Amino acid sequence: MTQKSVAPSIEGWFTTGDTPHLIGTQCKICRTYFFPKQDLFCKNPGCRGTEFDEVELSRTGKIWSYTEHYYQPPEPYISGDDFEPYTIAAVELDKEKMVILGQVAKGVAHADLTTGQEVELVVETLYEEGETEKTVWKWKPVAS
Amino acid sequence: MAKEVAVLGVGMHPWGKWGKNFVEYGIKACNDALDDAGLEWNDIEVVAGAETVRNGYAGYVAGATFAEALGWSGARVSTSYAACASGSQAINNARAMILADMADVILVVGADTTPKGFLAPNAGERWADPDWLRFRLMGCTNPTYFALYARRRMDLYGATEEDFAAVKVKNARHGMANPNARYHKEFTMEQVLASPMVADPLRLFEICATSDGAAAVVISSMEFARKHNVDPVKIRAVSTVTPTYPQTTIDMPYFSTDSAATVDAPALTFKDSIAQAAYEEAGLGPEDMSLAEVYDLSSALELDWYENIGLCPKGDAEKLLRDGSTQLGGRIPVNPSGGLASFGEAVPAQALAQVCELTWQLRGQAGDRQVEGAKAGITANVGLFGHGSSVICSV
Ligand SMILES: [Zn+2]
Repeated sequence: MTQKSVAPSIEGWFTTGDTPHLIGTQCKICRTYFFPKQDLFCKNPGCRGTEFDEVELSRTGKIWSYTEHYYQPPEPYISGDDFEPYTIAAVELDKEKMVILGQVAKGVAHADLTTGQEVELVVETLYEEGETEKTVWKWKPVAS
Repeated sequence: MAKEVAVLGVGMHPWGKWGKNFVEYGIKACNDALDDAGLEWNDIEVVAGAETVRNGYAGYVAGATFAEALGWSGARVSTSYAACASGSQAINNARAMILADMADVILVVGADTTPKGFLAPNAGERWADPDWLRFRLMGCTNPTYFALYARRRMDLYGATEEDFAAVKVKNARHGMANPNARYHKEFTMEQVLASPMVADPLRLFEICATSDGAAAVVISSMEFARKHNVDPVKIRAVSTVTPTYPQTTIDMPYFSTDSAATVDAPALTFKDSIAQAAYEEAGLGPEDMSLAEVYDLSSALELDWYENIGLCPKGDAEKLLRDGSTQLGGRIPVNPSGGLASFGEAVPAQALAQVCELTWQLRGQAGDRQVEGAKAGITANVGLFGHGSSVICSV
């Protein structure tokens, strides 16, 4: 069997490796954070910033809310041949004071989640495209 | 000076899955609204259409499409798109022309023909469109967001699955008395709780369907109404405010909220601010309302609205539901029309349908779903990309 190659499903949204991070931007003038990356104009109405630093966002946060999906969503979601329910969490980052969505890591039971629980960012396969595994960021409860 | 305009006539095409062109529904609603107003098409000075994005070019230029279908009359035309608030934005444009003395009487109309199933993003590979990307990268549907709000109510305020089901049971019962509703079926708590789980904790019968339908409203200056010797229902406020930065509640179709690291979160959430702006403009408060029509895209979302429109403090919505305050006969009936639970959503027509219901209620013409002695009512809705609206009408 040949080893499948691995590539992010979207370029420049997250880093990979043992301790992956989401990649955001921070306005050079007012220091507000953005995810996905904002690089044209600052969305703070009191700021006209147009230059941004690329920053790695906090890779841990607390669950704001969560939900499990039992039906196959429409395209452009790619489900593969057999659809499996999946969970999505909204996670609050303390330093950035923002909530970011993501699927929850495979194998984590919906019933084991609670609002306020601490989670960390991981990178997992989202779907396969030919011989390539396309990856995405996901949230996973921090082992206690 | 009071910024009031008159509702002279309202009309709807019943909601359903009729499989016809949206223009047919719209024309039926227009003619009913004209009859209700005692006017002819040639009396109308402006047509304000709410756009449907799912019906090709004719839908993009809805105002002109209806004007042509009714017969070119030289009327001025406008078309609005504001997602679920499209109908309110069309009313607001019409109202602005009346208050600016640019026109006396205007026909506002919205109609839709919808596809089956989940609302999906437009086709094609669109890597810069968050509405497309949320499906591709997360499988994040509209019910995802509704479910996140619902779960948070459970964990923060002690809402139960029975509460969510009870909203559906209530609205289904209300809708049985509405000839324009799509569903006329009573539900028991057990039936709702036995329906399949879609996005935990929300079940199939708790998430609104998509429907075909149309609604039209004829509005005029108060002077024009008096000349026609009528004592009309008045539009007291139309709020179409956008969010205030930073928007800290996760909202469709976004991946994240704004960051509150630099600028503190505003005192009011976006949905709070939609209603607040309407109350301020009307010079009325929640205590003056006899009824409310709110956007129950999910049954749980109706509970959020109780708080957003000021019927109770945050966290008290379940109490209001459980003590019967929001059912017909209660202190402040919510969704006496049956709401989206009984209609399903016909996006460009829905905000107009809410105004039609207020009008019938305030005239005392709502039949078996009549709110006794209704004096004033509020509508509220919210849609994609920072759109939302609230309309307040009074006798
Ligand atoms: Zn800035």
